[in-house]
Amino acid sequence: MKKIYRFFKLYSHYISINARCMMQYKTSFFLSSAGQFLGSFNVFPGIFFMFQRFPSIHGFTYSEVLLCFSFILLEFSLAEIFARGFDTFSGIVRNGEFDRILVRPQNEIIQVLGSKFELTRIGKILQAVVMFIYGIKKSNVIWTFPKISAVIFTLIGGTVVFTALFMIYAALCFFTLDGLEFMNIFTDGAKEFGKYPAGAYGKKTLLFTTFFIPYALIQYYPVLYILGHDVPFTYIFLPLAACWFFIPAFLLWKYGVRHYKSSGS
Amino acid sequence: MKKYLAFFRLRSAMGLQYRAAALAGIATQFAWGFIEIMAMHVFYTENTDTFPMDFPATTSYIWLQQAFLVLFSTWMMENEIFDSIVNGNIIYELCRPVNIYNMWFSRSIADRLSRAVLRCFPILIISLFLPLPYGLSAPAGLQYFLLFLITLALGLAVTVSFCMLVYVLTFFTISPQGLRILFTSSVEFFAGAIIPLPFFPENIQKIMELLPFASMQNVALRIYSGSMDNTQIQKAVILQLAWLVIITLTGKILCYFAEKKITIQGG
Repeated sequence: MKKIYRFFKLYSHYISINARCMMQYKTSFFLSSAGQFLGSFNVFPGIFFMFQRFPSIHGFTYSEVLLCFSFILLEFSLAEIFARGFDTFSGIVRNGEFDRILVRPQNEIIQVLGSKFELTRIGKILQAVVMFIYGIKKSNVIWTFPKISAVIFTLIGGTVVFTALFMIYAALCFFTLDGLEFMNIFTDGAKEFGKYPAGAYGKKTLLFTTFFIPYALIQYYPVLYILGHDVPFTYIFLPLAACWFFIPAFLLWKYGVRHYKSSGS
Repeated sequence: MKKYLAFFRLRSAMGLQYRAAALAGIATQFAWGFIEIMAMHVFYTENTDTFPMDFPATTSYIWLQQAFLVLFSTWMMENEIFDSIVNGNIIYELCRPVNIYNMWFSRSIADRLSRAVLRCFPILIISLFLPLPYGLSAPAGLQYFLLFLITLALGLAVTVSFCMLVYVLTFFTISPQGLRILFTSSVEFFAGAIIPLPFFPENIQKIMELLPFASMQNVALRIYSGSMDNTQIQKAVILQLAWLVIITLTGKILCYFAEKKITIQGG
């Protein structure tokens, strides 16, 4: 317990350093946030115009599809804010910075996590929140306690899944020394895939995204429950079950650390 | 002309060096193609009648788009050029007895072409062997294929001249960030990179087809599978030529003024 407390204390200290550092360049911060907002904004009218032509897909209306997308976008950007250190990890390995991390008497994961705190992703989050509110308003969701917990669980589960993906990406850097661009398929690709409900893509895809890389668990199932479809109550816990994905990522990371050979000078 | 061809050769040779990056790019583009086709398939099965293109034509559009992504992606602008403006290295290029606009233009074309050559063939070949209607179909006819090649080249030229506008405008703004984001996100949307132009409502589509963005990838990718009739093709090619001339001229004039009162950064 004490260890966890120390962990959070140190991490919040890292965050505050990073945030203060960023606030030294306020204009740059606001411009980058606005850029993050604009940069992913064009997906939104894309979906809008598709739904001008097709009233619904797989029983999902426009606003309900937006709700699905907003979940994935929120989870993705939350993970990007907190786990950006993993995303830029190839730089840490290549310039030998990781040697310095290893000699400090502190857990290496928290140091990597603390190395970057990308607050500019707030632009994307803002966009996702707007979509979320619009989706909820239009689909006449009546809030109950289980539904609110479903939203919270989904955000937690989703952030963990995307963090795990970033962690796998970072762990692979131990072996390749360079960031592998193809990992984008699983992170940015998931954002692309998550534009529409996972169930709409057909049975096989749904099975794959339920049991292999659990995208459906953090988008499709909880949304079904929130929208009041006739689904079992247990669906609200599925996003938490998606956290199992963190285990293989963690093991790969540990394996990578054990095989780390310094490359810097 | 000869010196610009030399720049062209130099940059092509450089671009062909990055094979590992190309491999990763190919893998990513494949996955992207699959995701997009899956999404389109969802819409197609939902309602075949309101689907504005043939399904095989749509998948061909997506595969060609992925294969030639580097020709048309405006987010892939050259950081070297921006950096040289920001840190003052531009002075070395201004000292040379070459026209800076033409030099950048030829090197951008070379850069994009060499990267596309490395990447397009694996994607084209594999997608040709995928079962129809999910794979790339054969072109609608020989004349369509030739027109496809011509409009592809024209589209590349329009895209590069558009990027040149951003480079030249950076002389005035120094920091490229804001301009870049604004340009790239609007280009992506209006050029049909997010969803193909036929999927927009008809009245909006009519306006969009007149914009310069429609002269980039849209024309070539649609001609390939015969989704445009002869009068449409004629109009599209004339528009491409017109936009190419207008944008290039604007860029050259802006460049002329920029060079007259340029401030060199750094020290």
